[in-house]
Amino acid sequence: MDALIQALYSIPIAGLVFQFGGYLIAVLPNIAPGILQAATPIALAALCGVMCERAGVVNIGIEGIMISAAFVGWYAGVLVVPILGSAVIGPFGMTPALVVALVAALLSGVVISWLHAWLSISVRADQIISGTIINIAAFGLTGYLNNLISRTSPNGAGSFSQFRPPQALLDLPVVGWIVGMFLSQGPIAMSVIVIVIIFQVLLFRSRWGLRSRAVGEHPRAAETVGIDVIRVRYRNVLIGGLFAALGGAYLSMEATNSFQQGMTTGRGFIGLAAMIVGRWSPVGAFGAALLFSSSTALGNSIKFSLPSGDLGQILSALPDQFYDALPYLLTIVILAGVVGRSIPPAADGQPYEREAAT
Amino acid sequence: MTARVPLPNRARRLLGQIWALIALPLISILLALVVGAFVILASQLVLPGGRFDLLLPLSAYAALIEGAVGNFDAIVDTLVSTTPLVLGGLSVGLAFKAGLFNIGAQGQFLLGALGSVAVGVGLAGAPPLIAITLALAAGMLAGALWGFIPGLLKAVSGAHEVVVTIMLNYIAIAVIAAVVGGPLRQHGRPEAITPDVGNAALPVIIGHSGHAGIALALLAVALIAFLLLRTTLGFEIRTVGANPDAARYAGMHPRLLTILTMSLAGALAGLAGGVVVLGVTHLMTPSFGTTVGFDSIAVALLGRTNPIGIVAAALLFGALRAGASLMQIKAGIPAELIDVLQATILLFLVANPVLRRVLKLRGVKPGLDTTDTITRTYAGEVVAR
Repeated sequence: MDALIQALYSIPIAGLVFQFGGYLIAVLPNIAPGILQAATPIALAALCGVMCERAGVVNIGIEGIMISAAFVGWYAGVLVVPILGSAVIGPFGMTPALVVALVAALLSGVVISWLHAWLSISVRADQIISGTIINIAAFGLTGYLNNLISRTSPNGAGSFSQFRPPQALLDLPVVGWIVGMFLSQGPIAMSVIVIVIIFQVLLFRSRWGLRSRAVGEHPRAAETVGIDVIRVRYRNVLIGGLFAALGGAYLSMEATNSFQQGMTTGRGFIGLAAMIVGRWSPVGAFGAALLFSSSTALGNSIKFSLPSGDLGQILSALPDQFYDALPYLLTIVILAGVVGRSIPPAADGQPYEREAAT
Repeated sequence: MTARVPLPNRARRLLGQIWALIALPLISILLALVVGAFVILASQLVLPGGRFDLLLPLSAYAALIEGAVGNFDAIVDTLVSTTPLVLGGLSVGLAFKAGLFNIGAQGQFLLGALGSVAVGVGLAGAPPLIAITLALAAGMLAGALWGFIPGLLKAVSGAHEVVVTIMLNYIAIAVIAAVVGGPLRQHGRPEAITPDVGNAALPVIIGHSGHAGIALALLAVALIAFLLLRTTLGFEIRTVGANPDAARYAGMHPRLLTILTMSLAGALAGLAGGVVVLGVTHLMTPSFGTTVGFDSIAVALLGRTNPIGIVAAALLFGALRAGASLMQIKAGIPAELIDVLQATILLFLVANPVLRRVLKLRGVKPGLDTTDTITRTYAGEVVAR
């Protein structure tokens, strides 16, 4: 067996492919939980995009909603932790302060989405400009406040901890790393899968889903059958804001335990790309998010433990920054390859004007 | 009381036209300053253990104004920080004219800076005229490449430039870190830093820091205004922005124009980067970064994508950026307040129908006139089938 593998590895060019495959098999169990973790904020951003755009509202302010929620979640924790203490009251290292902070983060997402909804639905402003304003404002305000607050370097409420499945289960051959990937997770990462499945069903099998899609495809027709286009759009943008805020809260309350300036690093926009690649469906978007996050996880893995043999020598010639840029590169390549064949909702980005009653 | 001098009709009409054009931007700026004051006041309440100073907004704005236009050196500093904003604003504004949203000015700016520094360091000993020209050309070329990529992808596959250019912004950061920390790194220094650009540095023409890039930016304004208003290419760019279908029926090539406009926009933002490294920093670190790219969006929107308007808007934001450091030192207000002001100005401009209704402004032009194709071509609708 070993001899066969060595023979495969030493084939001139194709050997590299085999070496890469071997490396993947070797590291996958280790990086599998990391893949889901890296996918979580991207998938939640993509879900926000799906919610908004299925109803015909383009939202590029997702990045801004995420950074705001990350900040609000962290800072609400700072404020309430002296009052509520840090006694653990539930699974995942849940403390009252963390719960309050999470609720605050979600609320901030709804408030900011409200601004976007008002600008793009009621004022009928250009939706991309509106999203840009939200991004500039969110990065400015969080940077401003963070700059002021970091002068005192306060203590936060900490972060949610990961669930630990029994070791015996993790030691099983293939099952072990699948269990590890989905269960060795904090509450937000774990809930993403559930949210994705629920909203996939709701979007395509429920009355709410049908109405949302009708409003995004042909608002005039939807209005004629008695659907309140404006209300459906508002509702979807606000629900989307909840998802984006959850993604932001994940960054400052589960992946880390504090806020860093600009910590979203484009995940909101990668989420939009995931939404397009996933053809505006929750499950598709989640799959695309996993694809993007795999590149991050694999890049990190290569940075720390280089594969052996020729492949390792080739990869070691690449600068570390190549792996930092990998998810962004992959986003562009996949977007360019997929986008022409992925069809957006027909009324995506078009403001709706009610016909005047005659 | 002075007696009312009756103005000749024509002059009055002209004044009316100017008022119609600048009323909303002016009102937006004033309202944004009010909002900024509230942010300063409110942030004192949120902070733990802070004291409350009711007059802090006033002292902050006073420091801001002093830092921007308080003395001759401050004014020159304002001009210096205005220069890249003029070029960046032209970049974003030109793309707007063609119905494209160039959020990638930041990445093009960074790549342009890198291109200029690379050539500038290589030609540090060459005659200044040659070194400067080639270094600036390299910056424009690098920026143009960073604009060409999203233009090409949009034209060929329909990938919207908003997502692609933002990804390119992040890639640009990685490219700079790799190049400045690698091939361009100066030997014998503990930190990653490039050597000085030597003779490729732009000469100082005003005061202690006013480099020749200021003149270059004004030249670019004239050139872009000429291009847009007096050439066939400019007419085609504006037509594609207004109505790609009509442009195609008229025998123009929307795809080609998309690629060309994005490349030109990239070259302008790249030139902005070149001007900053050759005129101000003279070298580069891996963390080289500014707010120019995003300020440029605000400049282009506030300036109504019009070259003269862009100069005025760039002066405003250049002054704010130049004054921000004194505001930080004197009043302890973080420079990010400028971003908040910027976003608020844009917010009021975008919400102009509401503003006009509330303030009962009649005959005033809307605060924004971007083409409506930006959102229309979002998510895959190819510019022209």
